[in-house]
Amino acid sequence: MLIRIFKNLARFIVTFLAATLVVFGIMRVLPGDPAAIAAGENATPEIVEQLAKEFGTDRPLPVQFWDWFSGLLRGDFGVSYVTRTDISPLVLDKVQVSLILVTLAMLLALAIAIPLGTLAAVRHKKASGALISALSQLGIAIPGFLLGILLVSLVSLRLGWLPANGWTPPGEDFGDFIRRIILPVTALAGVQSAIVMRYVRSAVLETMHEDYLRTARAKGLSPMKALLKHGLRNAAIPVLTVTSVQFAALIIGAVVIERVFVIPGLGSMLLTAVGNRDLLTVQSVVMVLVAITLLINLIVDVLYTILDPRLRAAD
Amino acid sequence: MHRSTRSRRTGVLGALLMSAVLTLTACNAGSTGTAGSTADKSKLTVALTGEPVNLDFTTTAGAAIPQATMSNIYEGLVSVDQTGSIKPLLATGWETSGDNKSYTFTLQQGVKFSNGADFDASDVKFSIERVKSDAWLNGLKSKMDVVDTVEVVSPETVKVNLKRPSQAWLYSMTTLVGAMFDPSGVADLANKPVGTGPYALESWTRGDSIKLTGRDDYWGMKPGINNVTLRYFADAIATTNALTSGDVDLIYNMQAPELLSSFQSNPEFQVLDGTSNGEIILSMNNKVAPFNDKRVRQAVMYAVDRKEVRDTAWNGLGTLVGGPVPPTDPYYEDLNDVYPYDPAKAKALLKEAGAENLDITFTVPTRPYATAVAEVVFSQLKEVGINVKIQSAEFPAVWLDQVFNRHDYQMSVVLAVEARDVLTMFNNPNYYIGYDNAKIKDEAARADESDVTTYIAGMKNVVRTVVEDAASDTLFIFPNISVAKAGLSGIGANSVTEALSLAPIAWS
Repeated sequence: MLIRIFKNLARFIVTFLAATLVVFGIMRVLPGDPAAIAAGENATPEIVEQLAKEFGTDRPLPVQFWDWFSGLLRGDFGVSYVTRTDISPLVLDKVQVSLILVTLAMLLALAIAIPLGTLAAVRHKKASGALISALSQLGIAIPGFLLGILLVSLVSLRLGWLPANGWTPPGEDFGDFIRRIILPVTALAGVQSAIVMRYVRSAVLETMHEDYLRTARAKGLSPMKALLKHGLRNAAIPVLTVTSVQFAALIIGAVVIERVFVIPGLGSMLLTAVGNRDLLTVQSVVMVLVAITLLINLIVDVLYTILDPRLRAAD
Repeated sequence: MHRSTRSRRTGVLGALLMSAVLTLTACNAGSTGTAGSTADKSKLTVALTGEPVNLDFTTTAGAAIPQATMSNIYEGLVSVDQTGSIKPLLATGWETSGDNKSYTFTLQQGVKFSNGADFDASDVKFSIERVKSDAWLNGLKSKMDVVDTVEVVSPETVKVNLKRPSQAWLYSMTTLVGAMFDPSGVADLANKPVGTGPYALESWTRGDSIKLTGRDDYWGMKPGINNVTLRYFADAIATTNALTSGDVDLIYNMQAPELLSSFQSNPEFQVLDGTSNGEIILSMNNKVAPFNDKRVRQAVMYAVDRKEVRDTAWNGLGTLVGGPVPPTDPYYEDLNDVYPYDPAKAKALLKEAGAENLDITFTVPTRPYATAVAEVVFSQLKEVGINVKIQSAEFPAVWLDQVFNRHDYQMSVVLAVEARDVLTMFNNPNYYIGYDNAKIKDEAARADESDVTTYIAGMKNVVRTVVEDAASDTLFIFPNISVAKAGLSGIGANSVTEALSLAPIAWS
């Protein structure tokens, strides 16, 4: 198991290094010059030139890369020349917002998907199972932002039960935090629960046909009991995989929901930074995303070995 | 064996859960309060679109910075009122010398900067000279080129000597180049602005909101509302949702006229339809084919029905003027009749120019007004035989790079927001429009050096020449739409400067 973790760590480092180069490269290829944007519609060539000098974007690319990369190694993202502030505390703040949003949404999605997906599998020959399947199809078809807009117009504007948008940090006013996060979390969880539910259903269905379940039934366990005691752990592996993939994708994918609900998360920060060609901030956000994704993979890998002892023996 | 696996598993799950709970409760993620209280009369929440990237307009372009800071945090010697006339502010009055080359300002006494420093004549000298120095990296600094020297006569008197008389200069002093700074307050303008205005910056949560607090030591009348939050939204629908659900009290410079109808009929809200300094300019590259031919440009002017463009693209809001000057400027005149909608004439002109069945590329910035306008222009030009290929350009990054800096375009459309910018756009052949200014250069210079009446008459001639030459088509003046709760008063309906002046706003 230790070797496995070490292997993962090595992979983590190599991927991270490769990502720094790719991200840096892409940002330099994008059309649009940060100095020209800062100078705007009253620019003169002299001012653009002077700004580029101040920003350091007129230096050779390897110098710029090393400057940024050596900062990364020290854990310092540097100072954005566009916003003129330290990037690290800003990114950290926005990461927390996104993690809270996505974690709550994924928890809600799992809370819906696991029982319903299992039920759909167990009753796959009955009308109720088919109905649940059909509902999940529908859920996948409705994009999150659309669900968000519908929720806002119904729950906030029509009924006036919850605020339409905005964000309050949990540490500042927990009650208001909850009131404001219910709708975005629901909108995000809607599609996710439908996706995960389909994986739960097929995983449970597959497990139900395994020999060991028949054996368990033969021992005298009821179908449900046999599934709960012996089947779920096996069914959990594909579900864990899809959950982790969805989680990583959502951290940036939530940007659409962030826009609808005016939440200052990582996705919005990235979008704004790309718009301003705030190269250092974009690079920093993307590196944080890479790190989060790799970290999730690492955690999931550990969870696999806990769920499935055979993976431990394989080392 | 079985038991130990289970306990370890619960251990791991427990740790995960714990860390999740800790993250949720201990952190102050997105540290801000967006909760807008409706009952509290000492608070105001304003919804705006487009957050400033930083607060330093001396080195960063963008209308959002002066919108938040000018007249709230910063003040100039003079200001401009809702009708466009110049009024005293930090200067109680001024005298001009006989040759109109010197202005002697008498300064307001007892004025303090928000960092406690006193405001006096030396700050005026410092601020004006700083604009002319390398510390300013904003193209608007050229407005101060005409200043020769600044003399401190006494702590409350300052004399500004110009190289030549200039009518435009005093007006420029009402804009951001005229903002007064203190030498002890310019260290971190991007994050810690220090001015003499009625408000000081309380906090700024990036990506969300700016909080301003009224200053106890402000020299003038105290602001009507002490705590103001400027909340920034990415799109217009979110602003109206926030207004409906009571989170914000005022949407200023609203960007989606189609959302207005529900507020217009509701007595709980008021809709202010004012005018702005922004012209929607259908720009044609005067230096490249086919628009280097005046007849082709004229054909476009006749082919585009500006009224229909405005009515279709912007719900009939905005002012039709026919030239690049908003009605609040002193040298405004109605030029709608110079190029009336006349497709037959357009076709004839195109035929004369040998430009029938013309193919052009229309570079459209990714902004709501631009895409809306482009669709209408597209079909109107098609009717006279100009085939338009629409090419979208990310705004600002790609548009600035391609159109503005490299002049690599044929036709574009942009909202020009700078106040009194007709000479910026057309009196500079190296500007992206590329208009040959030979005909207007001398008259513009003469007008600036004359007395007020001659200045206005001269500028009218300049504008008329620009329009007759079909340098570009001014489609309409962008409306300044505000939607507010009915109980708010003092909102300036017209946006005559770049600033959103907050101090006069109050709850009734």
